Amino acid sequence: MSSAIYNFISSYNYYIIIFLMVSGLFIVVSRGNMVKKLVGLALFQTSVYILYISPGKILNGTAPILDDGYSVYSSPFPHVLILTAIVVGIATLALGLSLVIRVNEEFGTIEEDELFDNELNNE
Amino acid sequence: MNEHAPALVVMLPIIGAVLIMLIRHNNLNWSIALLSGISTIYYSIILYLNARSLGTISYAMGGWEPPVGIEYRIDEFNSLLIALIAIVSFLILIYAKSSLNIELKKNKISTFYSMYLLCLGGLIGILSTGDAFNAFVFLEISSLATYVIISMGNDRRGLLAAYQYLIIGTIGATLYVIGVGLIFIITGSLNLYDISIKLGDIELYRPLLASLAFITVGIALKIALFPLHAWLPNAYAFAPSVGTAFLASTATKVAIYLLIKYLYLVYGFDLVYSNQIFIFVILSLSIIAMFGASMIAIFQSNLKKLFAYSSVAQIGYITLGIGIANYNGLIGSTVHIINHSIIKAAIFLAIGCLVFSSKIVNIDQLAGLGKRMPMVALCITVSSLSLIGVPGTVGFISKWYLVLGSLEQGWWVVVFALAVSSILALIYVGRIIELIWFHAPVVGMDSENKIPFEMLAVTVLMTIATIYFGIDTRLTGDLAKIAVENVLLGEQL
Amino acid sequence: MSQQIIYLLPVLIPIFLSILIKITWEIQQLRYPILLSGPILALWSVYKLQQNSDFMSSSIDIFDIFTNIGISLGLEPISFVFITMVNSLWLVATLYSYGYMRTNNEKRLGNFFSFFAIAIGCANGAALSSNLLTLFIFYELLTVSTYPLVTHKGDEQSKQSGRKYLLILLGTSLCFFLPAMGYVYYLSGNLDFVSGGLLTTTLSGMEVNNVAISILLVLFIFGISKAAVMPFHSWLPAAMVAPTPVSALLHAVAVVKVGVFSIIKVLVYIFGLDILLGLFSVDLMIYICGFTIITTSVIALKQDNLKKLLAYSTISQLSYVVIAILILTPSAIIAASMHLVAHAISKITLFFAAGAIYSSTGYTKISEMDGIGKNLRVVSIAFTLGAMSLVGIPLLVGFTSKWYIVQSSVDVGQWFILLIITISTLLNIGYFSPIIYKFFFKNELKEVSFKTLPKDITLSIVICCVLMVILFLQPNLVMEVISNVK
Repeated sequence: MSSAIYNFISSYNYYIIIFLMVSGLFIVVSRGNMVKKLVGLALFQTSVYILYISPGKILNGTAPILDDGYSVYSSPFPHVLILTAIVVGIATLALGLSLVIRVNEEFGTIEEDELFDNELNNE
Repeated sequence: MNEHAPALVVMLPIIGAVLIMLIRHNNLNWSIALLSGISTIYYSIILYLNARSLGTISYAMGGWEPPVGIEYRIDEFNSLLIALIAIVSFLILIYAKSSLNIELKKNKISTFYSMYLLCLGGLIGILSTGDAFNAFVFLEISSLATYVIISMGNDRRGLLAAYQYLIIGTIGATLYVIGVGLIFIITGSLNLYDISIKLGDIELYRPLLASLAFITVGIALKIALFPLHAWLPNAYAFAPSVGTAFLASTATKVAIYLLIKYLYLVYGFDLVYSNQIFIFVILSLSIIAMFGASMIAIFQSNLKKLFAYSSVAQIGYITLGIGIANYNGLIGSTVHIINHSIIKAAIFLAIGCLVFSSKIVNIDQLAGLGKRMPMVALCITVSSLSLIGVPGTVGFISKWYLVLGSLEQGWWVVVFALAVSSILALIYVGRIIELIWFHAPVVGMDSENKIPFEMLAVTVLMTIATIYFGIDTRLTGDLAKIAVENVLLGEQL
Repeated sequence: MSQQIIYLLPVLIPIFLSILIKITWEIQQLRYPILLSGPILALWSVYKLQQNSDFMSSSIDIFDIFTNIGISLGLEPISFVFITMVNSLWLVATLYSYGYMRTNNEKRLGNFFSFFAIAIGCANGAALSSNLLTLFIFYELLTVSTYPLVTHKGDEQSKQSGRKYLLILLGTSLCFFLPAMGYVYYLSGNLDFVSGGLLTTTLSGMEVNNVAISILLVLFIFGISKAAVMPFHSWLPAAMVAPTPVSALLHAVAVVKVGVFSIIKVLVYIFGLDILLGLFSVDLMIYICGFTIITTSVIALKQDNLKKLLAYSTISQLSYVVIAILILTPSAIIAASMHLVAHAISKITLFFAAGAIYSSTGYTKISEMDGIGKNLRVVSIAFTLGAMSLVGIPLLVGFTSKWYIVQSSVDVGQWFILLIITISTLLNIGYFSPIIYKFFFKNELKEVSFKTLPKDITLSIVICCVLMVILFLQPNLVMEVISNVK
């Protein structure tokens, strides 16, 4: 029993990641509002950031600054990567939102159900 | 400069993109785009020649040594593809000027060129990088540019198509990056070559299998492998014609290369193909793609959509070769990457000519085209025939290798599937050919603009290429062989 | 290099001709000389080729498509007979078609003749091919290039026929022929036509999987659906909507003949007769061909449209050739090739006559044709001769070939084939004799004005009749060449 709890706690970050990931995807799939979909997408991407960052943390490790007093550092590598990923995510979100604005200008609605039924699928 | 060629092929288009965006001059933008296009071709050919003579080139980006720094690895395979897409996209650029004047608003043209080059840079980046995360960044760069390109057309439905693609594409890229994250957790490295060494003797245990699944599904979304293809028809149909031709001939192909790279170079043949389920899934999805998408294509009335579905079917051929996974099957795949890129460029460029001259969107409007525009009609006919795989065209070459590959495996079902799917292609192509040549022209068509010389020339050039490479396969077939022998199956042979 | 040119000439001449026709069509005076120069030049090139090569030892690679396999051309006995036949009949057919198309005011003549020439070029290519890939490529190109001819009229019916034509011919070849070719390559690592048979030579001494070879045979015979073995025969009657010269081209000169020719080549040079002996699928195919012969003859009995009747008769005659080659003896090869030539000449005569009747009177139905023998004497006699030749009456070439088929089947004790031939001969008489009776012994139903036929039509028909007699008297013209097959 105790080992199960230990397992759970030692990898609780993964459970959070999975929860975020799945709820983000669920929002993307289930919502018809284009903005809400983008929110879900952002959540989905955020889960990935945590996926990268959390394994980089080493117990008792400090921030990766060279100093004589410390010998254990957290890995700085994921942070670098995730900075890039965040930039990419922002760019995607910005582009997505601006597309939504344009859609609203052109069609007068941002509900996918109305748009896709009327426009894309009826030739 | 030549030793920096790996960086230059990626940087030149991106620099061009930035320049165009900064200058925003309606007369200069095309020249800048052409200039960066031609210099990219120059360096891509240098790269290819170097890779042929010196073997794999490893280039440390910014002087940071791999595996920590980003490494660009150029081998005989990806340098070939870089040269291919550099040349094809340059030809499409020549064509673009007149077409864009008709299809885009004046103030958007600079943006279009900029996005075009950005996308090109991103795609070349994916091809050349040896770093898993860097590939993700380039994937997103090219995708973001693609979304913009799709949304720019005069048809307002382009916006919806772009949004749809943005959602699906981002999910795909994120799934990919999750897979990369898992590998990173397992091996502590992001350098693909380094990873492949570290994975060397590992068995396919669960986290590794999960990473394989995430990466495959993520890339498959970009490839538009059958059940994940929903974005592609709308995107192709409503993008400006130049954009469609460019995307159809380059973007999906690059994603396929990435998949091949993961399966054969990173995970390695033994690791991937020890898993029977994986082969089964890839094969059956490819076969369903070949059938399903062709079936849907038969019932399309929008011309671009028809060929978009045909693209989905043709992508099925490529992934089929990946699933067959022997020497001939892989040659079939790699050859078809090149061949299909040429065929679809020819077809969509010809359709662009039609849109230019008389705003043709639907298949019915093709009636009597043989009389009105014989050259364009001939181009569409010939390149559609090579979709079927009529001998003497490129389509036949790919099909031959795929048939050989599946025969070697003893998979008669696959052989049969290949044959029947060609018949489905015959049905939708036959319908078009009949309309073009044997129907009376529709009266009261829009007044025709005369097709400018350079548009026609590029279209004809591409069409001739579909025949030329179907007869003389020294360039395509032999290069594919070299790629497969030296790069992909190096250890197996 | 000059060697290559000599081999390529029979293919290139028709193709250049087609371009030339397209360019110079507007110049009235040049039309006839240019049209006729094509076949004559092609025949000359075949003659040069024959002078230049001793059979079978020489084939020449034009260029490679895949490693070691590519377009390669060569001349061996069967192809020599075939290519000579095709080009001689092209000459006759050109004479005829020009007259026909002019008389009937067919439109887009220039297009017609240029596609006609391309089709001949493809047939020549197929004839000279010295490996399976080359044969396959020209076979497919022939389908594509004859498609515009079939749909020449451009109305709804011909479009539908065109669809059927393309779908069946391309479909079967992609579904069966291509995989079969792939499998041959997989088995032997090669696709060359080898005397004695590629599979026989490469697989000798090895364990041969009989089931695989059997399936391969079935794939080839169904895949080469230009030979119109049932159930893939329906494109042929459908293609009858085309103008008569096109039908003549399809039936007698190029398309179906390339079909049976390909089957002969595949059986002789890819399988080799030895490897096929005793295979169950050989018997199976003999039964299917026998079934085809009888069924189509019965269908022909109740046709009223003359061209449709001829089409069904063609299907049954093609199966004669296939059944003959399936006897699998050297004499059977001779018989099959002989019948290929005999049927070509007889059928082209029949089609020319049918087209001439149509040009002169506008009749297409047999029931209308009572008593036309009185006015169209030459044409009716030619039709009678063609029919007699197909039935197998002596003094005409059809007798010779049928005789050899019967002889070779008796040699190996294939009584089934003998039975089939007997029944079908009776059926042949059954469907031809009423027509001939009507031509000569019935009174005209109504008064019609007979258009006089142009001289070139009459001339071409007479030439065909003379050819039928000559080949009866001198069968060695063909047989001595074929007997060189090893």
